[in-house]
Parts: sequence; C-alpha cells; structure tokens
Amino acid sequence: MITKDYVILAPQGIHARPATTLIRLTKNFKSAVSLKKGDKVVRLNSMLNILSMTIKGGETISVIIEGEDEVKATEAIDLFFTEQLKEL
Amino acid sequence: MKGIGVSPGIAIGKAFILKKAKSSISGILLKDSTEVLLEIERFDKAVELAVIEIEGIRDNSVLSDDDLAILETQIELLTDPQIKADVIEKINSDKKNANDALIEVTGNYVQLFEGMEDEYMRARAADVQDIGNRILKQLTEPGNTPPKKFEPNTIIIAEDIAPSDTITMDINYIAGFATQAGSRTSHAAIIAKSKGIPSVVGCGEELSRVNTNDVIILDGSTGLVFINPEQEVIEEYTLKRDVYRNQSVKLKALKDAPAITTDGKEITLLANISGAGDMETVFENGGEGVGLLRTEMLFMDRDSFPTEDEQFEFYKNVALRSKGKPIIVRTIDIGGDKHLPYFNLPAELNPFLGYRAIRICLDRKELFITQLKAILRASVFGDLRIMLPMISNVQEIRSAKSILNEAKVELANDTIAFNADIKVGVMIEIPSAAVTADILAKEVDFFSIGTNDLCQYTLAVDRMNEKISHLYDPYNPGVLRLISNVIEQGHKNHIEVGMCGEMASDPLATLLLLGMGLKDFSMSATSIPIIKNIIINNSESMAKQVYQKVMEMDSSADIIAYLREVVL
Repeated sequence: MITKDYVILAPQGIHARPATTLIRLTKNFKSAVSLKKGDKVVRLNSMLNILSMTIKGGETISVIIEGEDEVKATEAIDLFFTEQLKEL
Repeated sequence: MKGIGVSPGIAIGKAFILKKAKSSISGILLKDSTEVLLEIERFDKAVELAVIEIEGIRDNSVLSDDDLAILETQIELLTDPQIKADVIEKINSDKKNANDALIEVTGNYVQLFEGMEDEYMRARAADVQDIGNRILKQLTEPGNTPPKKFEPNTIIIAEDIAPSDTITMDINYIAGFATQAGSRTSHAAIIAKSKGIPSVVGCGEELSRVNTNDVIILDGSTGLVFINPEQEVIEEYTLKRDVYRNQSVKLKALKDAPAITTDGKEITLLANISGAGDMETVFENGGEGVGLLRTEMLFMDRDSFPTEDEQFEFYKNVALRSKGKPIIVRTIDIGGDKHLPYFNLPAELNPFLGYRAIRICLDRKELFITQLKAILRASVFGDLRIMLPMISNVQEIRSAKSILNEAKVELANDTIAFNADIKVGVMIEIPSAAVTADILAKEVDFFSIGTNDLCQYTLAVDRMNEKISHLYDPYNPGVLRLISNVIEQGHKNHIEVGMCGEMASDPLATLLLLGMGLKDFSMSATSIPIIKNIIINNSESMAKQVYQKVMEMDSSADIIAYLREVVL
C-alpha cells in the first residue's frame, strides 16, 4: 500500500473535469485507489463520491493506492496531481 | 423583469418554452426474484443506451473542448458505480422497479448537492438530475432523441437548462437563454458564456408568464428581460446589440493576439489588480500576468492587522489563479492618503512626505516580516514577486532584503516550503530613486515605474489639490527624462523594467514609452486591448523616432500636441 499527500494546485479544486480525468486514469490500473480528506475516505471510481467531498484549491488530500501495479499507478497519479491538474 | 446577467450581449427574438417531462413514482412493487433480476437488467440496459446516445453526440458533432469535457463527465456520471449500487439496492431490498429506484436515487443526490455550501457543488445538482433524466428516458422509451431544431433568433425560456441540453440543441439559431433557476456557476451560465450567447439566469417565477412566440429582449450584462416590449425599446436595444457585436468582435480578435510590434518587438501587457477575484478579467482581456497586486484591500475594512495565515490565503488565492504567470506583489503601501482605523498614525503636515509604505515597514519590522512570510509561503503556488514601494535610497533596499532573509530563515527553521529565489524589485516613484537608478539596479531583479507618485514628487504638485491640478503633468520634460533614465539604466544592468502607473494605460504615451524601451506595461485589465491595438499596429523603429522627437521638445503642450497627431 502506498499513501501520498498532495496539495491541490488547481484554483477550482477537484471539480467535474479533473475528476473525470482522474477516474479514467485510475481505470488503467488494477490497483484500488482511494481518496482521503480529513476522516472521509472514498473509492476513486465514483464521480459522485469524489464531488461530494468538495475538494478545494489549496487543500491537502491523501491518495491511497493498493494492488499489484501500485508503483506504476502511483507514478501516474503523481504526475496528475503535480502537473496535469494545473491545466484542467 | 431582472435576473442575473451571466453572459454579456443583447438578444432580441421569439420565445421558445423548453419544458421538462416531469417524472413521478409509480409505487409498483416487484413480486419475486425473477422480476428483481429483470429490473436490474433493464436498468443496466438503459444506462448502456444512455451512454451510447452521448457517445453518438460526441463522435458525430463538431465540439469545443468544453463541450467535450461535459460529455465525458456525463458518461462518467451515467456509469457511476455508486449510483448503480444505490439503484440495485433499492430494487433488491425495497422491491422497487427500476424507474422508481432511479428517481429516488437521483432525487437523493440532487438534494445532497443542492444542500452544499459551495456554489459550484450546488450547481452540480443539475448534472445529476440531467443524467437521471437520460437514464429514465431510456427506461421509458429506448433509443436516440434527435437534436431539437429552432427558427432563427430563438430565445430559449426554461426553468433550468441541463448540461446536455445545450450540446444536444442545435444552437446555431439560438439568440439567448433565460432561465428561472440558476446562478453564475450553473451549467447554463458557463456554456452560454463560452459560446458567447447572451444569457440571464435566476429570473424566478415571473418568467413562467412568457408564452412561446412572445417577443423577448434580454440583456446579458445587466440581467434585464423584457416581455413583448414597446417598439421604442426594441429599437433602442437593436442599436445596443449591434454596437456590442462590433466591439466584441474587435476585442475578441485581439485577446489571443501576442503584443508584438510590426517589426517584431515583444511587449508584455500586465494588469493591476486588488485580489484573486480580478484574475478572471485579467485573462479575459488578454493580460499576461499581474504587474501590480495591491495589498491594501487586505488591511482595510477591518479592526486589526490581518494575521500571517489570513494574508497567506489572500496571496495563495491569487497565485492559484495565475496560470503560472508572474504576479508582482506590492508590500504594504499605507500612510499618505491611505489610513487604517486600527493603526493610529498621527496626523502629519505633509503625509505624502511622511511616515508611509516602506518607511513604516522598516520601522515596524514585525508587520513587515508577517507580510513577507505570508508572501513567501504563497510563492510555492505561483510566480509571486515582491515589490517594495517608496524606495528613496539604496540602504532601504538593503534593509528590506535583510528582513526578507530573516523571514526566509524563520520559514526554513519551521520546514515550511517557499521559493527561496523569489524575485525582489522596487517601485520607482521618488525622484532620487529615478536619478540613482544605476545604483539601485545592482540591488534588485526589476524596476516598476509608478508614474502617479513620481509625477507629483518631481513636480512638487499635490495631485489632490484642484487649484494646481494643471501642473500635475506626466508629459513634463523633467518627468519624461526621469522615466527614460530608469529604463536605460535597467537595460544597462540587465534587469526588467515595467510601469504600473496610469501612464501605462494612456494611449497617448504608448509609442513614447515603447520608444524609450519599456517592455512591461501594467494597467487596469480593461485597458489592455486598447494599448495592445496600438502596439500591434506600430513599429518599434517608428516609436524610437517619436521618442527622439519628443526629447527635443521643450514643453509638455508641444509634446502632447505632437503625440496626439502621431497616435490619432
């Protein structure tokens, strides 16, 4: 299991568009990916669950990745939160 | 009638009432497990068909990136595992049929989103309702719905407009939208704006009075909506509509055009702003960053100094919206004409020559260091730069930089991230700074010329005193020589030189400043297109000639007359 913390670099936070990209990104991997903000944890496969967390710009969240390809999945997720998210 | 104008422009046309089929719960209960399985199958099939319908729209139409993103989001929502799990749970345990289960589940999520504090999230209720309706439609009558066609100049009147409505509608003939519900961040608003269709949302109950084919005028800037107006009103608004169309076409064409002279000199056009809320206007007008972020707003209208965290939030919000473009933050510039109720500054005989700006900061180090730490912390979120106002000698820069170093050390000791190489510049607004630009240039990364104060200090003219306002004159040869010296010394020392005073937005001065070699012009965002228009239609070599000619003239009257002739 890998856990990583990220500061959300997009001003609008995780709204519908980045959430779509993120869900599709994680579908490429076998690992189970979850998102944690405060005490709340959701699976990163449901748009509704991600949106209902209301993740805003500047907030810190944790991503939990578990599965056989977790290292590769983490790399992709890392790129998403540190680079791609700024442009979405 | 008045709503919220969300997409500017004027629309005049005939109303088309867009009605939503209302769905009601049947109350039918399933008898056995065979029926349960059948209903689950029916639901899965309906989702599949709804996805096929959206994919069909996606693959068979020419769509903007925004539209495409909306459709992709819809597909994700249609196939959301949480919705599926909830619906199956209701079919399985409560023995509801697929239609009822779906209506209930959708209703619950719509309520959840509508109850959220965040405006953006509240507006997402419409997306959930929209996909619910799409699946329900497939449950009741499977198959694709052809896009709606309209007559030219149709104004769509609706309770609300669903995300996919605007995409599945043939929008070519739609002149405007007016809706009962909605807010600035609702879907209809965002789409209308991106497509440039004048729109008013949040008109309320009154809008239901409109009938199909009523003549409607709507003003997407003011939010006004007229139903069957008098001929005079129609004529007045027809004129307004045409003027707006002409202007917006011209400005739009300029927005993405780079500010380059005809002979290839690149100029950077920046904006002066007072907070994160202004950032959208900056980019809408083609601004390439912020040349002056005033921080006074942070200190005014309150009972005590803002804390480091409060300030950090302010700078961070600007940085987050900056798209990686530079943001020049001016440090505390209070005193002079700007007073704070909680910071008791004794009355002075000459406040503009008194205890203000950097002079307060160097004296009250704790105030300064708090601000610097907040800016430094926010510097990891964007290209923030620090600008010191009211510098009159090199020692002030050195003292300020040493306090900045202390701030960095404190943050580093607490292992808080910041940009250690943050750029530091000074505002050139005191004559001694302009004259000694060669000395100051060696201490800083950039200059920004503040023409308002530079002019009043150079000419010894109080710009608030009406009796001598005719003497306040940025075209005075003395002022121009100072500006020219600052730019020249900046270049010699390889540092950037910008201007953030009113002169930067004065069309009369553009060529002259360009000829002096000024590269960064910072002004109120709405002035940017006008200045850009001058830059892209002239050459640097011609601007240099203008500059030389002006420097040979002995009075500002001659200079202004000459510049008028050249520019107009």
